[in-house]
Amino acid sequence: MTDGPVIPDFGKASSCVAENRLFCPDWVRDNWGSVLQPAVVQHVKLTVIAVAVGFVIAFAAALLAHRHGRFERPFSVFSALVYTIPGIALFQLLVPFTGLSILTVEVALVGYTLLIIFRNVLEGLRSAPPEVLEAARGMGLTRRQTLLRVELPLALPAIVAGLRVATVSTIALATIAAFVVPEGLGRPIFAALRDYFKTEIIAAGVLAILLAIAADVLLVLAQRALTPWASARRLA
Amino acid sequence: MRERRTAVEIVFDGATKQYPGRPTPAVDDLSFTIPAGEICCLVGPSGGGKTTAMKLVNRLVELTSGDVRIDGRSVRELDETELRRGIGYVIQQVGLFPHMTVAENVATVPRLLGWSRSEIRSRVDELLDLVELPAVDYRDRYASQISGGERQRVGLARALAADPPVMLMDEPFGALDPITRTRLQKELLRIQGEVRKTIVFVTHDIDEAILVGDRVAILREGGRLAQVDTPERILARPADDFVAEFVGKDRGLKRLSLTTLGEIELDAPNGAVGPSAGAETTLRDALSLMLSEGSRSLVVIGADEQPRGVLTLDRLSELLR
Repeated sequence: MTDGPVIPDFGKASSCVAENRLFCPDWVRDNWGSVLQPAVVQHVKLTVIAVAVGFVIAFAAALLAHRHGRFERPFSVFSALVYTIPGIALFQLLVPFTGLSILTVEVALVGYTLLIIFRNVLEGLRSAPPEVLEAARGMGLTRRQTLLRVELPLALPAIVAGLRVATVSTIALATIAAFVVPEGLGRPIFAALRDYFKTEIIAAGVLAILLAIAADVLLVLAQRALTPWASARRLA
Repeated sequence: MRERRTAVEIVFDGATKQYPGRPTPAVDDLSFTIPAGEICCLVGPSGGGKTTAMKLVNRLVELTSGDVRIDGRSVRELDETELRRGIGYVIQQVGLFPHMTVAENVATVPRLLGWSRSEIRSRVDELLDLVELPAVDYRDRYASQISGGERQRVGLARALAADPPVMLMDEPFGALDPITRTRLQKELLRIQGEVRKTIVFVTHDIDEAILVGDRVAILREGGRLAQVDTPERILARPADDFVAEFVGKDRGLKRLSLTTLGEIELDAPNGAVGPSAGAETTLRDALSLMLSEGSRSLVVIGADEQPRGVLTLDRLSELLR
């Protein structure tokens, strides 16, 4: 044994782990099922719930603001205000009300998605060209039909762009959920920070990055499938 | 196929639009009738209220007073949405839905009206054929993949889709290059020959109005009617100085462009020599030809390539009298 930090020892620590070298693949292999994989699954759950709930709230607010412009400012100001609160401070603010629970984490994560999704949905809805809206009105589309058949489809690229930013930033932010509850990729990172165990920090960090990239790619593919006209180029 | 709808008459009856806070009305006491199946061009300087007057018909602009009646029914009594679905609407910027294919664009109103899939499909193909865009090539393209002229053809097909008895066209060819514009003007007349709609056609171009309109309504500043009549009579007898000025000092030449050689009585050929032209040539072009050839007469050639008669300068000036 050395006098270095106390390394978690599962009874058969390799020399790599014992010496706390930069990265020990054997540790990752040995702890995938027990530590890393459950953390990834929890992380995905935290993110999906936060983005989904944030989307529902921000989307509804954007529809309201699109219909009645006077709702734009209050929601903009509110969501921007939430966005400026540092993550850890927001957890601290919420704990007295919602305790050390998943709810605290989700409320905070949802809060951070609102601004970007709200802005993008609203901008998307407003991006329909005026002549397109006039043609729609002239042909006898009702307001609702114009929204559903014209404005929303045309807003899709902006909406997906908002979801991409919201998702990627939520994946990054969700690592600090471990301050409140032992969930997600933040858990192995925090555990490893205590002992400065490099392999675990790197493995969990890389997994968070890979998760963000995968989510981004999925959303881009979804957008391409949903908006074939956007990628249709002029045929020469 | 659905039963073909017959054209209907449109009556402007003291139609007035006064926007709040404006000193003068945009459209002032407009009264005239567009007979069923005719194209009536609304022309006038900008600020003459021609687009506003047109939009009174489908209630994109609501009347302040007076009335507009379509087939005897006041537009005020009709449900706004139903009214509009029964009126084809074509605008300068076309306004094709960028996220829909050509076929989906054309199918817009039939879909709103709940036509069956097969009915819509055959109607779309029929219309693309009518506007000379082969359905096989065009039905699945997006607006970004076709030219400006093609877009306006699609716009026209879309407006005709549910076979509305009335069409409103707001400077439909105003954004096109001159060659495409002329071609589409002729196409519109050909199509109108087949479909016989009652069409309100807004333009600022008096030449276009004369070419396209069975009837021309000239509006002056303040949305007042200066004159409404056939192109021939407006050019021959302008109601006042404003109309005379608006139609231009070359109105005699414009009148000549309304008639072709085949439509007038000619002097007997009698072995005459000189420049020749086909019966489909306008009198204006015939005059131009005589002047540029330095000839006082012109031989008119029939479809059989044989001389049909002779037109002289004297005869031409008689025709304008």
